[in-house]
Amino acid sequence: MSDAAVPTVSLEGIHKVFGEVHALRGVDLTIGKGEVCVAIGPSGSGKSTLLRCINQIEKISAGRVRINGELQGYDERNGRLHEISPRRIARQRRKTGMVFQRFNLFPHKTALENVTEGPTQVKRIPKAVALKRGRELLDRVGLVDLADRYPNQLSGGQQQRVAIARALAMDPEVMLFDEPTSALDPELVGEVLDVIKDLARSGMTMMLVTHEIGFAREVGDHLVLMDHGVIIEEGAPKEMLERPKNPRTQAFLSKVL
Amino acid sequence: MSLITSKTVPGNVAVSRHQGDEVVFNEVVPRKHPGRWIGVALLVILVSQFVHSAIVNPNFHWDVFAEYLFAPQVISGVGWTLFLTVAAMILAIVCAIILVLMRDSDNPIFQWLAWLWIWFFRGTPLYTQLLFWGLVAVLFPRISLSIPFGPEIIGVPTQWVITAGVAALLGLGLNESAYLAEIFRAGFKAIDRGQTEAAQAIGMSRAQIWWRILMPQAMRTIIPPTGNETIGMLKGTSLVLAVPFTLDLMFATNAIANRLYLPVPLLMVAAFWYLVVTSILMIGQFYLERHFGKGQDYVETRHV
Ligand SMILES: Nc1ncnc2c1ncn2[C@@H]1O[C@H](COP(=O)(O)OP(=O)(O)OP(=O)(O)O)[C@@H](O)[C@H]1O
Ligand SMILES: [Mg+2]
Repeated sequence: MSDAAVPTVSLEGIHKVFGEVHALRGVDLTIGKGEVCVAIGPSGSGKSTLLRCINQIEKISAGRVRINGELQGYDERNGRLHEISPRRIARQRRKTGMVFQRFNLFPHKTALENVTEGPTQVKRIPKAVALKRGRELLDRVGLVDLADRYPNQLSGGQQQRVAIARALAMDPEVMLFDEPTSALDPELVGEVLDVIKDLARSGMTMMLVTHEIGFAREVGDHLVLMDHGVIIEEGAPKEMLERPKNPRTQAFLSKVL
Repeated sequence: MSLITSKTVPGNVAVSRHQGDEVVFNEVVPRKHPGRWIGVALLVILVSQFVHSAIVNPNFHWDVFAEYLFAPQVISGVGWTLFLTVAAMILAIVCAIILVLMRDSDNPIFQWLAWLWIWFFRGTPLYTQLLFWGLVAVLFPRISLSIPFGPEIIGVPTQWVITAGVAALLGLGLNESAYLAEIFRAGFKAIDRGQTEAAQAIGMSRAQIWWRILMPQAMRTIIPPTGNETIGMLKGTSLVLAVPFTLDLMFATNAIANRLYLPVPLLMVAAFWYLVVTSILMIGQFYLERHFGKGQDYVETRHV
């Protein structure tokens, strides 16, 4: 396999079952390096679950997740899957940065400490180096002046930008965003979207779940529409938003546009 | 995009009026609280009457109180009581942490053992447990490591290991661990699941998540009830006469009182010292709460 041919993320036949609920029913998806993949779809269609399966917050029930070709969560030998150690899972998780709908900043740490926690504790980078890099990242999201504030001294939009900086600090291969702006007041949405747009331009590989269709069209290279645990239509955003083929896509878009 | 201005209002200023660039902060006359002042006056009268009657009342034997307040037995009793409290709490905290980890583990045997431990130590009276620890040396005369049904490899008489002090410590500490385990578990349960997920997402290990993310946040809710438990433990140490352990403060003052046939002044001595120690513990609790409330309860809103 040549490097260029290996997608950053590759999902093959992903299923996820929660007791009675079959949340994902066979999802196939590849995200190439530098590509921005946007997922939309009605509530409960499995978008969050899919993201959480990619970084192994949820264990998949069937299928394979690969990042840069490496199988996630298991070793496959002679056609059988073997569990791997929590340490290796933690190591694999470093390759994905996750941004949550509700920020999930560590409330007992300042903005800067939130950003340096991963580098110093997980990557064991010297503190001075991590602090310097942390400030650069906070600067990149426009918050270097607020580095010493605690999360509850920040607005929602500022918190979400700290959360983005925290994920970036681990130098992930792919950033996963789960509705990063849907917990925000309307006037704060723009500042977070600007940061994400900036990241997309810089060539970061991303998967983004959002309800902001206009934004999806603007930054997305690839748009997928999920419904009932499957991808019902995918393609180039403009094409798909203007001329949806699947009647269910048309129905969904008529509601949100 | 980097021009983000602060939204917080400085200090306790509610409303401000702008005059050009100068801000004129409102001067506010505070509300009057006449009810409070009447209450304070009544209390002062009541308390001073009580204090006066206690001082002039010969039954209090203040001379005896003064004589024994710093008596060597009393001071050593204070020392032992404080030591038992602190040592038993440390033992209880260590056990409780292990119990919480066991209950949270995927191993059903650990979960079950932790449950059993809490069930037993919460379900039997402390006094009974202390009596039991006092009797251990009688029930099991030797502590030994041996091949089952075979010869002994190494052993010592139990009374060498489980002295009265150790028995008192084990009795108090193990009993307390069951209560603390429940307090700790509640503290960890109160933390949003998103905290663990966010920590996992940056690749932290389970131990790191426990120690650096969950524990400091749980401490906030754990400390106040644990402070309560510590003060309860301070007074609970008086039960160690069940072992019997005879060096603690309560035993010391009782012994003097029985000798003098004067219970009241020595009860006052004991109460005085319990209050002193409780105050010291409360100061410690204040600083712990402040440390772990960082970012949530105690945020300085003045800077920037
Ligand atoms: N931990 C869980 N236990 C049981 N069911 C779950 C769990 N997590 C998700 N589900 C179910 O899986 C389905 C997919 O949920 P998911 O959160 O992925 O939807 P979503 O597309 O992200 O929706 P939304 O747009 O509302 O965020 C839903 O039916 C949900 O109820
Ligand atoms: Mg969701």
